[in-house]
Amino acid sequence: MSQTTVTPADRSPVFSTARMPRWAPAVIAVASIALSIGISLAAGWESEVQWGLIAALLFVLGSYVVTARVEGPRQAKDRVVTSLVWVCFILAIVPLLSLAWTTISNGAQIVDVYFLTHSMNAVLNTDPGGGVYHALLGTIEQVLIASVIAVPIGLLTAVYLVEYGKGRLARAVTFFVDVMTGIPSIVAGLFILSLWILILDLGYSGFAGSMALAILMMPVVVRSTEEMLKLVPNELREASLALGVPKWKTIMKIVIPTAIGGITTGVMLAIARITGETAPVLLLVFGSKIINNDPFEGAQSSLPLYVYQEYAIGTTQSIDRAWGAALTLIAFVMILNLVARGIARWKAPKTGR
Amino acid sequence: MDTTTTQSPPPPPTDRIEPTSPQKAVVRPGDRVFAGLAKGSGITLLVIMAAIAVFLTYRAVLALSDNEANFLTYQDWLPQNDPPMFGIATLAFGTVVSSVIAMALAVPVAIGIALFISHYAPRRLAGPLAYIVDLLAAVPSIVYGLWGALILVPYLDGLNKWLDEFLSWTYIFEKSGTGPARSLFTVGILLAIMILPVITNVTREVFLQVPRMHEEAALALGATRWETIRLSVLPFARSGIISASMLGLGRALGETMAVATVLSPNFIISGHLLDPGGGTFAQNIASKFKEANEYGQDALIASGLVLFVITLLVNGAARYIIGRRKEYSGANA
Repeated sequence: MSQTTVTPADRSPVFSTARMPRWAPAVIAVASIALSIGISLAAGWESEVQWGLIAALLFVLGSYVVTARVEGPRQAKDRVVTSLVWVCFILAIVPLLSLAWTTISNGAQIVDVYFLTHSMNAVLNTDPGGGVYHALLGTIEQVLIASVIAVPIGLLTAVYLVEYGKGRLARAVTFFVDVMTGIPSIVAGLFILSLWILILDLGYSGFAGSMALAILMMPVVVRSTEEMLKLVPNELREASLALGVPKWKTIMKIVIPTAIGGITTGVMLAIARITGETAPVLLLVFGSKIINNDPFEGAQSSLPLYVYQEYAIGTTQSIDRAWGAALTLIAFVMILNLVARGIARWKAPKTGR
Repeated sequence: MDTTTTQSPPPPPTDRIEPTSPQKAVVRPGDRVFAGLAKGSGITLLVIMAAIAVFLTYRAVLALSDNEANFLTYQDWLPQNDPPMFGIATLAFGTVVSSVIAMALAVPVAIGIALFISHYAPRRLAGPLAYIVDLLAAVPSIVYGLWGALILVPYLDGLNKWLDEFLSWTYIFEKSGTGPARSLFTVGILLAIMILPVITNVTREVFLQVPRMHEEAALALGATRWETIRLSVLPFARSGIISASMLGLGRALGETMAVATVLSPNFIISGHLLDPGGGTFAQNIASKFKEANEYGQDALIASGLVLFVITLLVNGAARYIIGRRKEYSGANA
């Protein structure tokens, strides 16, 4: 900070200091990667993870030394942070790219029409073939039922918080909605387990899983709907009320339609989130190899559970199936996400952002 | 809303007084029903939360009343023995260790990514990047688990060997045997990757809220970009970063499937983090559930109750910090 002592009169009338050329970071990067490969080969390390770590370290060190010599210590520190930030970014992007790549490349070999339209009925663990139809069906039914339970409650709670809520009750609801967002999915599963299966003795079913999923979904719906309702301009409400329209009709016909795009997005994102939940389904739906159309009676399967069970079997064929189901699941979730965000952009309230 | 009141002129014309004579607002039945429904839904949410606590506690008490071992300090999990003995010491240890590793790795990197998106990345790259991070938060945990068990575990062998070779004097990085890396350390790394998008998203939001004036003032004084960030961005965002980290911590504590697929569990508390073994609350519930009888399930519910309370405290604290921040930043918004 005490760097402003150098005045132009002291030295020269030039205000700029020495700068490194723009290609300098690229050169340092290439040099450090080459050096790290050299070191790793010389030492005989196999893991590319190490190579990357060494390269990153060399890059940060190299850019510090070079910049400190050319531009001075403050700029050097700045450049180190810049390269650290880049390193962070690359460090994070590598596993995520690997995740996407392995899922797609392994899954694409398995997923075809047969895989999507057949169940695991009478397929042995070591057999190739089989499919995810029963799991897909179970997932769709469970998620739909969960949405039917959670969306009305979530929407009305958000309406309560935005349009009616005052005082201690509203504050308590807001707080517990926030806290509820963080409930581990397995705890929601245990709750339904203790109530539905252990105390009421009603047995495993898709519906039991749906109830746990609904618990996980509600707070997400409330949060996003609340945000959207808050974006609706007050003038619209006042104009409607001034015309003598009852408050409930104002909400139903003016407020909610104005925010419907954002609400739909929020609901779809919530659906996407619960679609991938495995733990409650594992505890409550139990898993099944055959097609069970009835979510209210008997064990079902679901995509995430299918992935887990096929992985746990551990034969080559079943792990292939697990990748296939993982790809199906990711595709399902991503399509929901993309459509939801598309709707958000398309229907964004005019006042927003 | 305030503007409407200021528009009316202070001295009201005298002939206008009669229409403002108090007229009781009509409460229509539709209004009453709708308001009741809305309020009822809010109360339903509270009831669900209360019910979770009550029913978990009820079943947990059933299990604990027959437990012969100390629930908090006993290391093994044998609820189906006669007499039943089970305790959460190993689970608590594993949960804390894996979450601490995850936080230590994820928080700095997440701050880095958030800074990258908000301050460093080229403008044209920043938008799509933020979008990708959003999408990554939506990848189901079981997929992370599958990837972690089949790709990450073999990949980390080299790193484990290296850590063992050069850092075994630290005790925690000493590896006995050459088993696969299905250890708490690997779980920590996988959890870090999973909570990265969550922490990044919240942190980025906070960074974008830093008043433009603070940053421009720093830049105008000749500060470099890092000095600007250190002087204006980070102090403003500190509480946001803390609460984002705690949200991530909540995720890491409760993560089930990714841990269950990667870890090869046992019930030994070991400081050697690279050795396979250990367990977490959620993982233990998922992997012990199938073989448990009704009493065994009650025992698992008891451990779930502990997890519930811990995450409740962590999330409550995070929300409390965020809430304070909101009031504070409301003043200079």
